[in-house]
Amino acid sequence: MIAIDIKNLNKSYENGLKALKNINLSVRSGEIFALLGPNGAGKSTLINIICGISKKTSGKVTIFGKDNILDYKFTRSKIGLVPQEIATDSFEKVINTLKFSRGLFNKVPSYEYLSFILKSLNLVTKKNNQIRTLSGGMKRRVMIAKALSHEPKILFLDEPTAGVDVNLRKTLWNFLNKLKKNGVTIFLTTHYIEEAENIADRIGIINNGEILITENKKKLIEKLGEKKIIITINSSHNKLSYITKKYQLKKNKNKLSYIYNSKKNIDLSASLLSDLVKSSVKIDDIEIEKSNLEEIFLNMVEK
Amino acid sequence: MNLRGIFAIYHFEMSRMFRTVSQSIASPVLSTALYFIVFGSAIGSKIGNIDGVNYTSFLVPGLIMLTILNQSVSNASFGIYFPKFSGTIYEILSAPISPIEITCGYVLAAASKSVLVGLIILITSAFFIEITILHPFWMLLFLILMSITFSLFGFIIGIWANDFQKIQLIPSFILTPLTFLGGSFYSISMLPDFWQKLSYVNPIVYLISSFRWSFYGNSDVNVVVSISATFFFLVLCMVFVSWIFKTGYKIKT
Repeated sequence: MIAIDIKNLNKSYENGLKALKNINLSVRSGEIFALLGPNGAGKSTLINIICGISKKTSGKVTIFGKDNILDYKFTRSKIGLVPQEIATDSFEKVINTLKFSRGLFNKVPSYEYLSFILKSLNLVTKKNNQIRTLSGGMKRRVMIAKALSHEPKILFLDEPTAGVDVNLRKTLWNFLNKLKKNGVTIFLTTHYIEEAENIADRIGIINNGEILITENKKKLIEKLGEKKIIITINSSHNKLSYITKKYQLKKNKNKLSYIYNSKKNIDLSASLLSDLVKSSVKIDDIEIEKSNLEEIFLNMVEK
Repeated sequence: MNLRGIFAIYHFEMSRMFRTVSQSIASPVLSTALYFIVFGSAIGSKIGNIDGVNYTSFLVPGLIMLTILNQSVSNASFGIYFPKFSGTIYEILSAPISPIEITCGYVLAAASKSVLVGLIILITSAFFIEITILHPFWMLLFLILMSITFSLFGFIIGIWANDFQKIQLIPSFILTPLTFLGGSFYSISMLPDFWQKLSYVNPIVYLISSFRWSFYGNSDVNVVVSISATFFFLVLCMVFVSWIFKTGYKIKT
């Protein structure tokens, strides 16, 4: 089932800036989708339009099949949003701000559910504290708790771990995985490639208001990534120059590097190893390096 | 209808008032008490009766109205401006709550605070000043109606404003002068002919006049005209608020 469906979405500002250019994107129910992009790429604008905070110029956004403008009460009731900036009512108590958020979404008060959320985000001891007394990381948790207070089916997280320590980041990743298991669709934007690599099922890359690619994480790495085989040899051999030429190997002292890119060539690593063995080249070590998401991302946005 | 959403906003705003009770209630009550002391007891004793009413008693409706208008505008404008300023408006805009429901939440809360302050002033003054309320139903109706109308007006100011200075601009430079010149402290009939005529252009004259009528049965202008003027202003504000939400003016980029 498609949770979020975006068709031909455009957003232009009065000053002529085109923030989004013909965006087409679908997110399936229950998946974690990570949208990667540099600053100003259009990530927040896209989320704001889906959630009803910003106006679109043209195009269509549907949530579980319903238009996000015509059926805004239905679509918004399914969505929880954690914006990029920490914005809270400083003088309000944590528990009261959660009650407020739940009420806004027309949900029957449920102290049990809010207690569950507080417990899940390690906020139980802070529930009667004024928000202004909390640390930045705690405030970030409060914002996530607010977004979850009405039991949304889709959770939007706009750079949820920006400025957050490693410990909290990992706690959050675990929590998001738990939410996913409970059927919540998660749409997150992030600067941290590691974050997307760790928790996302699918990844989208956006730059200058255009979606460059959306793909399953593993497939994306396989499809666009490079595999490097580094072979450490112990002896030289007269056939080595022939093999080096045949497989276009890079030689650095006693290390031979073979680079395979699925987009550009066929994987000849098995044949290479076979040739080396047949030529009686003594192999000391074989290392395989795969490119990570960061390299793929940089490759795409720096083009 | 998202009644829980309206109540959530209403409850949030009322909680803010009770958190800052000295600013929300004590301050306007004290200011009004000072007016009573200075204009009523000190200066008023030299003035005598106006339209058959003791001057200090005559002052009560005007001062309540002065407080009501200022409180309604400042409560509602701050109520909606602050979420814009702090960024928490995102939650309201992304919630399944309609523009009318949002307006109801903020405006009813601001109006409730004003009515509460108005009633506290009325009750407090009744301990020291002789007050007659000939038409209590109309008095209460005017109090509520004007609180709602000016809260709507304040709500519009809060949306329009993009800094704290602008929130004070219209109340300070338009509303307060019009209220002071609208008969809060005197009867329009006391003015020279030219100034009397000019006063009738001031919409606040009609509001104060009808409110004073509900107390003492005397009015500078026809009560029906006053009520019609109040309703007209109320409808005008509602139309403007609808337009704001329809177009996203100063709310959505």
